[in-house]
Amino acid sequence: MTKDIILAGVGGQGILTIATIIGTAAVKRGWHLKQAEVHGMSQRGGDVQSHLRLSDRPIHSDLIPLGKADMILSVEPMESLRYLPYLHAEGWIIANRTPFKNIANYPEIENIYKEIEAIPNHVLIDADVIAKEVKASRAMNIVMLGAAIKHLGFTKAEIEEAIKAIFARKGEAIVEANYRALQAGIDS
Amino acid sequence: MEKLMLLGDEALAQGALDAGVSGFYAYPGTPSTEIVEYVQRSKQAADAGVHRTWSSNEKTAVESAIGMSYAGKRTMTTMKHVGLNVAADPFMNSAFTGANGGLIVTVADDPSMHSSQNEQDSRFYGKFAMIPVLEPSNQQECYDMAFYGFELSEKYHIPVMIRLTTRLSHSRSGIVRRNPLAQNPLKKPDDLFQFMLLPAISRKKYKNLIQMQAKYTMEAVQSPFNKFDMEASDYSMGIIACGLAYNYLMENYVDGKVPYPVIKICQYPIPQDQIRELYNKCDSLLILEEGMPIVEEMLTGINLQGLKPIHGRLDGTLDRDGELNPNKVARALGKVDTYGKDVPEVVTSRPPALCVGCPHSDSFYALNDAVAEFGRGHVFSDIGCYTLGFMPPYNAINSCVDMGASITMAKGAADSGHFPAIAVIGDSTFAHSGMTGLLDCVFDNSNVVVVILDNATTGMTGGQDYTAAGKLEQICEGLGVHKDHIRVFIPFKKNHDDMVRIYKEEIAYQGVSVIIPRRECLQVLKKKNKMEG
Repeated sequence: MTKDIILAGVGGQGILTIATIIGTAAVKRGWHLKQAEVHGMSQRGGDVQSHLRLSDRPIHSDLIPLGKADMILSVEPMESLRYLPYLHAEGWIIANRTPFKNIANYPEIENIYKEIEAIPNHVLIDADVIAKEVKASRAMNIVMLGAAIKHLGFTKAEIEEAIKAIFARKGEAIVEANYRALQAGIDS
Repeated sequence: MEKLMLLGDEALAQGALDAGVSGFYAYPGTPSTEIVEYVQRSKQAADAGVHRTWSSNEKTAVESAIGMSYAGKRTMTTMKHVGLNVAADPFMNSAFTGANGGLIVTVADDPSMHSSQNEQDSRFYGKFAMIPVLEPSNQQECYDMAFYGFELSEKYHIPVMIRLTTRLSHSRSGIVRRNPLAQNPLKKPDDLFQFMLLPAISRKKYKNLIQMQAKYTMEAVQSPFNKFDMEASDYSMGIIACGLAYNYLMENYVDGKVPYPVIKICQYPIPQDQIRELYNKCDSLLILEEGMPIVEEMLTGINLQGLKPIHGRLDGTLDRDGELNPNKVARALGKVDTYGKDVPEVVTSRPPALCVGCPHSDSFYALNDAVAEFGRGHVFSDIGCYTLGFMPPYNAINSCVDMGASITMAKGAADSGHFPAIAVIGDSTFAHSGMTGLLDCVFDNSNVVVVILDNATTGMTGGQDYTAAGKLEQICEGLGVHKDHIRVFIPFKKNHDDMVRIYKEEIAYQGVSVIIPRRECLQVLKKKNKMEG
């Protein structure tokens, strides 16, 4: 069993937190993990991605080969499309609807949605709105994770355990908010 | 034992801590920064009193590390590839002095220039200095090589280089730890001539270094990190895979069985006899290297006609520049390549940019207005977040070469009559390599305006503290800049007109001026507020 996931977004949107949570759950299962991150200049508002590889066998490359990713999980709609060369034909694209507009020439959003909807296996949700609805406005990334987990083959309990392990030191309220965001993502 | 999930950088740091290191010396630089950041967070390091504060630059860092090694302790100095250029003098000479306590020089290269001004391969420096080089292929090897590197260094009294690249530095995986070792006791060198590089002594040392090469090669042959899989089913090609490139090779064989003989090189000097054997056995060779084709060049030499083909970056089998990936290696192996779909045209680029509300942006807008009458081409700049001032909407700067070059380039231009000559440098970069340049300006009374953007941190690498924090005016005055021409303002939009006026006054002044726009980095401020809140 192998899962290759591209996490996408803009610097500061919290994709590394998603990677940490999935990674923690995978390690708990005794799986191998490699997670390549982007640090440095690109983190200043540029596009960022993380290659997250999970497997019950040893993993060699830190990078996912082009055409081999099982999923692109993107917290920003346009950024989900930037990594299509990595997605295999049956792969899933799971994207947030809310654009992050820090560039002057951000394209017409409907054209972005059209491209995402053209991918056979896609999920497009408004994670920012959903997060606000469940009073967890800073956990948009966890809503996205919730929307992704059934396609990743993880149970809600496994992910909750990982969330608890990671957020426990920030207090019960933060853990609970993330649980709500996760559930809302699963229900979306 | 439970596995730790660590970045390659962090695995190396934890390895060094467990191997009894007494001190780290470094200046931040992507992709090496996380090594010392990890140590600064580590309770183990604090409890053991491991030195872990930042140095002013890579040269002072390497020199301090040599000093700690002199005292008999294990020490590691870390830097990005261009940092080794800054530290090249002590680094090259450390091969002559050798080590007393274990000395590891860790250099993180950035092929494809994710966050760097050039691409260079530090293995050349290792070969240049004639010291052993270790190149881990995964996070566990990063950890293990800290132990191994210190042992090797102390066995032969020689500094050892560990060469990382971005993908390993910044990729996370599981690490199994070993039992920690105690730190070395203080112990002076047995030979008090060891660190005395006078010509008469150095000549002997050089002969000795040359003699030792055979031993270093023998260590590479016996290294637990090198592998010689000479038995195979297909001898039409033999493969040499160095460091991280080994993973991309194995990625292309899901069952782990490569049909060709393979030499994995993670320790240098290259094992020559084994490579010769591979060459004799096979019809051709494929060389896979992350970075520059150093091994390939050693093998192809001057490309004599009639030899068997050697494929790699030099003959175009692999791209000559940029980092490797599984697909490039698949094509080089003649395997079917995979690809998803093209990026739709609607996707536009999203380059990095200064944060909204960044103090640098206000400093740049005012500077642009102040120099508008002279046209563009008057602002020399440097390495840091503010290098993004080159991008629209600022278009404010005209050069970025190396740490500190803004001041000295402005000086050279001013000396030739170029007016105005303005340098824009960050506060941390000024501490790194700007002070001596400013002294040059004062010595000649060069007609320059030096703008030191003071955001109270090393911003681009994520907000580390630095050695000159809180002392900028004192330093400039101490270097001889007249205090009437050390001007400080707070870069806010509402202060725009005052800022423009101050820039203009100092441009008009014939001599050395320093202007310090001072406002804290927003990222650091955010982090602080988070911790307090």
